[in-house]
Amino acid sequence: MGGEFAPAPAEEPILAGVGVVKRFGALVVLDKVDFAVASNEAIGIVGPNGAGKTTLLNVLSGASQPSQGTVRFRNIDVTNAGAAQHCRLGIARSHQIPRPFGGMTVFENTFVAATAGGNRKGRDAYERCIEALELCAMLGHANRRAETLGLLDRKRLELARALATDPVVLLLDEIGGGLTDGEAGQLVETIRELRRRGIAIVWIEHIVHVLLQVVERLVCLDGGRVIADGRPEAVMADPAVIGAYLGQGVA
Amino acid sequence: MTPKMPVSVQRWTPTSVAAIGVLIAIVVALAFAPFVLGANAIDKLITLYIYVIIAAMWNALAGYAGLVSVGQQAFFGLGAYAAIRLSNAGIEVYSALALGALAGGLISIPLSWFMLRLRDGEFAIGMWVVAVVAHLLVVQDKLINGETGTSLRALTAYAANDRRAYTYWMALGAMVLFLALIFVLLRSRLGASVQAIRDDEEAAAAVGVRVLRGKVIIFVLAATGAAAAGALWLATAISFQPATYFGVQWSAYMIFMALVGGLGTFEGPILGALLFFLVQDVFGEVGVWYLVGLGLVAIFFALFMPRGIWGTIEDRFGIRLMPVGYRLRLPDSVVLAAKTEEDAAAGS
Ligand SMILES: Nc1ncnc2c1ncn2[C@@H]1O[C@H](COP(=O)(O)OP(=O)(O)OP(=O)(O)O)[C@@H](O)[C@H]1O
Ligand SMILES: [Mg+2]
Repeated sequence: MGGEFAPAPAEEPILAGVGVVKRFGALVVLDKVDFAVASNEAIGIVGPNGAGKTTLLNVLSGASQPSQGTVRFRNIDVTNAGAAQHCRLGIARSHQIPRPFGGMTVFENTFVAATAGGNRKGRDAYERCIEALELCAMLGHANRRAETLGLLDRKRLELARALATDPVVLLLDEIGGGLTDGEAGQLVETIRELRRRGIAIVWIEHIVHVLLQVVERLVCLDGGRVIADGRPEAVMADPAVIGAYLGQGVA
Repeated sequence: MTPKMPVSVQRWTPTSVAAIGVLIAIVVALAFAPFVLGANAIDKLITLYIYVIIAAMWNALAGYAGLVSVGQQAFFGLGAYAAIRLSNAGIEVYSALALGALAGGLISIPLSWFMLRLRDGEFAIGMWVVAVVAHLLVVQDKLINGETGTSLRALTAYAANDRRAYTYWMALGAMVLFLALIFVLLRSRLGASVQAIRDDEEAAAAVGVRVLRGKVIIFVLAATGAAAAGALWLATAISFQPATYFGVQWSAYMIFMALVGGLGTFEGPILGALLFFLVQDVFGEVGVWYLVGLGLVAIFFALFMPRGIWGTIEDRFGIRLMPVGYRLRLPDSVVLAAKTEEDAAAGS
């Protein structure tokens, strides 16, 4: 939400990847990526399949360590701190393919998040969970075993669980895929509400028109590199971005 | 957002209060058994309590923390062995038995550092290797006389009836203690975290769970329980033949009891232990075909009734005896709205 003519917000980034390289054997999946998100910023990440979006999110959330480069949270090096520590610091994420705790109820799923990641106890934890479930329209399913949920509800649970940890940065990986227009509208409203609460958002999504209702900055990854970064209209009009998508045959 | 939500979390229900009350009453009544029952019945009850301990401990490990082990007999044997060593060193025999159990638990702390780096099948097999190695090492001890074994002679200083009663109370006390520990643990924040680790380790870490710490706590608790069971077995059998204590049949028993009773439920392994005890009572002799039979029944349950007898009852009838979970009391309108939405989604 920087000024109209300010090219870069003066604000300190809260979460940043600096010169991030990720290799799997000989395959270079991230090639010196620099990425930073400021507090209360909302960034969308787009890019063709296999561009390295999820891999970048894994590195930022501590789920995997970069081959080179560093991850900084509030200017502290957290590159090798591990996923649990990232979460406790306030970096929460959702998974592209939902990963519910199948043997536990929906409420218990969020309870783990509120007590472990959010370090809350007792009634305080309960209230956080109930609020997160309500925000994600999952309260009615609270007592169901998570393994009985359908895909849409699993995605909502991913979001609710991430929220229950009290994040300052929320990393979302394609939570909007396969939604009807109505459901997508609901999701946009939820994310906007989170922004109002001061949570920074990094959102990977293929459905750009949904993304554009929330983010003010767009980053395009292709082949493990950032090929465009800036205001959404500018990024979408960038010939390199159009080329990347045409190469994939996806418009 | 709504300022006051008409939603509350319910842990204790009238059913669970009643269940706990009945349980306490049963335990109190059982404490008087040595004054009422004959020697044979007391010996059988001691055996039953030991089964409950090993079943509950294996369930804590595998059913709640997802750590499937086929090597818990390592701790069973080490608990008994440590008791013999301590008694031989001049420690009073019942103290030696209690300390033997603790020693078994202590050994698991450094061991956890290696074993918990292994995953799934590797961990299971790795634990079996640990049991084999523990067996081989114990047999090296001169005091044990190789596979011939030895006995806890100090116990024979007590009159048979006194000894039986003391051992009985020790077994009852140990069973209550370990069940209570599991109960408290499950109700704590750690209990929820451990179950998350079981269901998806990476996802648990992603919501802030310290995965290794949770596993270590359960691993050490389960090892201590198995070691206590081994020490109690020694207290009833008096003789210590290494092959009996370190035998893999103990793992078969634990798996059978936990799977049949209900993996990942508090009540299941208790029920499983009771059933196994009855089966043992009928078939008596431990032969190869008997073990094969147990294995087949366990496999049947794993395939066709993965939640075991108690888990199936819980699911079918919605009963919750032990207040170890969380139920949300929701306004009917909220539940109804969720149902309607889902039906609409299914219909479209
Ligand atoms: N653990 C892994 N081992 C080997 N290769 C991997 C691994 N994880 C990802 N890759 C490869 O890295 C590349 C980038 O994968 P990534 O999942 O980050 O892409 P993405 O941009 O999220 O794609 P999508 O839009 O399909 O989700 C792919 O070629 C993938 O096959
Ligand atoms: Mg991806």
